[in-house]
Amino acid sequence: MEPLLKVDGLTASYGRSQALYGISLEVRPAEVLALMGRNGMGKTTTIRSIMRQMPRSDGRIEFAGRSVATLRPHEVARLGIGLVPEGRRCFPNLTVLENLTAAARPGHWTVRTVGALFPRLSERRDQPAASLSGGEQQMLAIGRALMTNPRLLLLDEATEGLAPLVRAEIWAAVAELRRETGMAMVVVDKLLSELRPVADRAVILEKGRSVWEGGISALGPAITDRYLGV
Amino acid sequence: MNRETLANTVILAALAGIPVLAHLGGEPFVITLATRIAILGLAGVGLNLALGHGGLVSFGHAAFFGVGGYAMGVLASHAQAWTPLATWPVEIPGTNLMPVIWLTAILAAGLLSLVIAALSLRTRGVYFIMITLAFAQMAYYFAISWPAYGGEDGLSIYVRNRFPGLNTLDPIQFFAVCFTLLCLTLALMSRITGSRFGLLLQATRQNPARVEALGVQTYRIRLFAFVLSAMVTGLAGALYADLNRFVSPSMMSWQMSGELIVIVILGGVGRALGPVAGAGLYVLLENQLGGISDHWQIFLGAVLLWVVLFARGGVLGMLCDRRSADG
Repeated sequence: MEPLLKVDGLTASYGRSQALYGISLEVRPAEVLALMGRNGMGKTTTIRSIMRQMPRSDGRIEFAGRSVATLRPHEVARLGIGLVPEGRRCFPNLTVLENLTAAARPGHWTVRTVGALFPRLSERRDQPAASLSGGEQQMLAIGRALMTNPRLLLLDEATEGLAPLVRAEIWAAVAELRRETGMAMVVVDKLLSELRPVADRAVILEKGRSVWEGGISALGPAITDRYLGV
Repeated sequence: MNRETLANTVILAALAGIPVLAHLGGEPFVITLATRIAILGLAGVGLNLALGHGGLVSFGHAAFFGVGGYAMGVLASHAQAWTPLATWPVEIPGTNLMPVIWLTAILAAGLLSLVIAALSLRTRGVYFIMITLAFAQMAYYFAISWPAYGGEDGLSIYVRNRFPGLNTLDPIQFFAVCFTLLCLTLALMSRITGSRFGLLLQATRQNPARVEALGVQTYRIRLFAFVLSAMVTGLAGALYADLNRFVSPSMMSWQMSGELIVIVILGGVGRALGPVAGAGLYVLLENQLGGISDHWQIFLGAVLLWVVLFARGGVLGMLCDRRSADG
């Protein structure tokens, strides 16, 4: 099957400091790929490079057979890649409904279908995003990305800093999303135990290089202790 | 009805009611003051779209205010002298018909702002402020060196322009024209800021990178907001010139740009009727303190300092809630 997203030899740097050294990965349609690694290993930089948000990056990135090398961030998003950024970053002065409406593009995902996935958002639709709890803001960030009706969803640290119960709620929604729509996803996170039920494959990054790739069920203690241990 | 809606209703009712009472009491000067508030409020409403909703701190909106003024001055002076505005390729006469003048002012300000914004919006922060100021100064010096239309001395129009069916020389009727335009613009702005475009404009102010990640080109959003903002300010400029029956390069000066910013800040940045409240306070201070000292702006500076330090939502923020629109 042709990959939906194909990254080959991706390099990126912040000024003179190189962050990525030739990352390669693929995401097939309806597949969930876990992008793992300790802090500062290049996970978010990889996501930002795919979205063309890094001023200095090089290498081949193809989405649905089309190179994104010359595209600007909004054009990448319009191709069908939705981003749930690290730190949520909802628009604080806009209400839940306004956050969702501002992002809307035609397709399956509407205010109603997002509300069905996250009932708490429906309850808080007229509240400013700034007044939501961290978990609710995360739900809003995912809902906002879904409103662009993407074919691939990039979730960058979707559960970081959230309470265990809220994290479980987020992962349940991700699993439902996968089950109901078969949406392809790249999920960045550190907790393997939470990723196992939702991801098919994993790529582990270490100091800007991809050091392990394979089925998530094949991730054993030897690998996790070496690359994911604190 | 929430407190802001109530405050907005009171402001509009006062602005409409006081001139009527002044008309009944034979106080035309008060009507002129109210007209000035309506016009400066309209200019502020225009600037508020860019500054308040879009976070675009333009220090060059006087250029659009002045272009609106000159659109009126040039057209009316030709109509007054019975000379054509242009003879080639077709003869274009001057006019003293207000709707034609307004349309010309809006289009001229829109065209100028399109050029200015296309270049300025490639910069951010203090560079954006400086580049808009630089363009306004260019427009200012162009007006000064344009002797055909008065140069530094400006251009006087002896008779106020016409509006079909009205006697515009009657202060209350001219006020009604300005107030109606203000209300129509406020209604339009309310539709715009509540639309998806308005939401994206606010979102762009808060986090442009996030908006780009949603597939929206923020440059276009800002460009459209800036041009629309300039068009409204241009319309206000045409009315201001008509009120004074005089237009001069001072309408394009950096002090004028500063006054418009002060009006928006005083009233409440990003609030629908903030600029009208700000214009009211500004004109009242000018009128009351101007009688005490020529240097009344020292007191205005103190008021502005107080607002910036202690009432960041402006007058309306103080009257209503503490939710500031500055994100």
